[in-house]
Amino acid sequence: MFWLKRNLPRLVIAPSFGVLAWFVYGFILWTIYISFTKSKLLPQYKFWGIDQYFRLWSMDRWHVAVENLFIFTILFLILCIFIGIVLAILLDQKIRAEGFLRTIYLYPMALSFIVTGTAWKWILNPTLGIEKFARDIGFETFTFDWLTTPGMSIYTIVIAGVWQSSGFIMAIFLAGLRSVDDEIIKAAKIDGANLVSIYTKIILPMMRPVFMSAIVILVHLAIKSYDLVIALTAGGPGISSDMPAVFMTQMAFHRSEIGLASASAIMMFLTVSAIVVPYLYSELKREDERK
Amino acid sequence: MKKIIIAILAMSLVPSLSYAGPKAEVLHWWTSGGEAKALKVLKDDFAAKGGEWLDMPVAGGGGDAAMQTLKARIVANDAPAAAQIKGPTIQAYDREGVVAPYNIDAVAKAEGWDKLLSKQVASHMKCDDGKAYCAAPVNIHRIDWFWANKKVLDSNGIKMPTSWAEFNAAADKLQAKGIIPLAHGSQPWQDATVFEAVALGIGGNDFYRKAFVDADVATLSGSTMKKVFDQMRKLKSYTDEGSPGRDWNVATAMVMEGKAAFQLMGDWAKGEFAAAGLKPDVDYYCASTPSDNGYLYNVDSFIFYKVKGSDKVEGQKLLASLMMGKNFQKVFNIYKGSIPARLDVSMDDFDKCAKKSNSDLNTAAKKGGLLPSFAHGMTLELGVKGAIQDVVTEHFNSNMSSDDAVKKLASAVKAAI
Repeated sequence: MFWLKRNLPRLVIAPSFGVLAWFVYGFILWTIYISFTKSKLLPQYKFWGIDQYFRLWSMDRWHVAVENLFIFTILFLILCIFIGIVLAILLDQKIRAEGFLRTIYLYPMALSFIVTGTAWKWILNPTLGIEKFARDIGFETFTFDWLTTPGMSIYTIVIAGVWQSSGFIMAIFLAGLRSVDDEIIKAAKIDGANLVSIYTKIILPMMRPVFMSAIVILVHLAIKSYDLVIALTAGGPGISSDMPAVFMTQMAFHRSEIGLASASAIMMFLTVSAIVVPYLYSELKREDERK
Repeated sequence: MKKIIIAILAMSLVPSLSYAGPKAEVLHWWTSGGEAKALKVLKDDFAAKGGEWLDMPVAGGGGDAAMQTLKARIVANDAPAAAQIKGPTIQAYDREGVVAPYNIDAVAKAEGWDKLLSKQVASHMKCDDGKAYCAAPVNIHRIDWFWANKKVLDSNGIKMPTSWAEFNAAADKLQAKGIIPLAHGSQPWQDATVFEAVALGIGGNDFYRKAFVDADVATLSGSTMKKVFDQMRKLKSYTDEGSPGRDWNVATAMVMEGKAAFQLMGDWAKGEFAAAGLKPDVDYYCASTPSDNGYLYNVDSFIFYKVKGSDKVEGQKLLASLMMGKNFQKVFNIYKGSIPARLDVSMDDFDKCAKKSNSDLNTAAKKGGLLPSFAHGMTLELGVKGAIQDVVTEHFNSNMSSDDAVKKLASAVKAAI
């Protein structure tokens, strides 16, 4: 009885831990192994070496996808955080109808990326959306055809992604701002600091953990971005707005290149780990220090 | 009490012991109006023969989730009875060892499919080095079609083109009048569809065979291929700026409304015209794209995997036999816009375009122009096909020169083989 009492929490956790270990970490290991095989249509288990990685990095399309990933991630990160902070600071000024405005900014988050992508596809389509509207009301030379211009289409994905996610980032920062002690702000005011320097020199530096969570959330959203690309551009025009996640799905399920797809999945996995692992490490270390 | 328990146990055992009747789980992409109606014919036939049909429809053209499920189930040794798989992918599955022991081969031999199908179609349906049937064909789609708005063409004094030069002249004339010459949706598969028709027309039948059946690198990077890319660049200038990403049926609607003059698309486009109540030669023209008696075909088919249990094997046999049935082949193809794969189905009830398709097919077969469509996965491994498609769509949607395009084509194909 005593044994049961002491071990009950472990027993309760054990099944979900086992499931998690198998379906997450087990399959990660499986994917790593498959990326070293010649698997085409179905998985094969004969070891082949790292040729799939050579093939992957010799493909133009993969280079396009990786380049797009960097463009998208960097712009998405900077714009979301910038807009999120500005909105959060503005909302933090104890304004009227704050709850209502907050809901409006947060609302895009309630939509799936598929809906966002489809809506923006119509808005940005030169023969249906903004360009046509501007031309119809008299600006006949107005041109906004990024969606159908190779090399620019990736920026339309940034626009739609930022529209969707910046409200959420605002909410994170707003929560962070609310947790800042009023006394600090009052003290700074007594010392004669103006509002701008209170925010830039005192409050924002205090919100380091909030920045970290925002960055990790945004980066993993960016690397995994699949549905938004599919709904908005489907990787087009041509292959100009391809992204690694789209590339991987294409290879695995349309092209019968499971080995190559696994290699690209592992590349994505390494990219995510490169960002998330140091973050987790530093966070956990800090918690240890607090103890 | 004891007796009751025994009785209950006995009863619960009965269903698993008795023979349950043929059973088939079918994975397919036919969810749109006409296709669903046509498939119902098959389902009803199947039910009438005492079979139990488990439907696995996949909505939408992409079918990522379905392919994922299909592969997972095959790996788990629990494949569905039949799945809509075509072209060399059938033989690729066979090489993975998930198709043998070819349950439907006995049916095919008993019904004499070798006589009911043309040699070329039959070859796509056979596994085990062409020894055993492992798939059943349902239709033959032609890819290299031009669809055109009759009113627009007639009022501008334009006839259906018989050479690409003629098409270019007609397109220039139309463009000068403010009509979009070519309704096109620039999605990778649509770009590839246009590309293969152009390659067939400009390069000829042997060129097409060398490039897209044999994947001969010298042909893919040769001077004829450059001319094909040159023509693609011209065609790009005949499309409108809303073209990238447009769905094919939206492009077909542009032709119907007279906004655009031509569309190059397989004969499923006819279904759109028919659904709008339009008739060939009255409202629209159908003609093959310019080529030397070429004919690019796509044969939709169902592969029959290895399954366990006699009820499932019986289900596969019944399904295969019904799919090749005269009734289904006729009704289905009238709805679908294609022509029957089975040779002895009367073409009387089909429209003019389908009759043309049928007679062109026979001519092409005699003159060596009957060729598998690469854009629709009837030739080349999917990886090689995808590599070609990437270059084609990248070229079409950028300022890439034809020289660079052929170089890229050669290196992409080499990497994919």
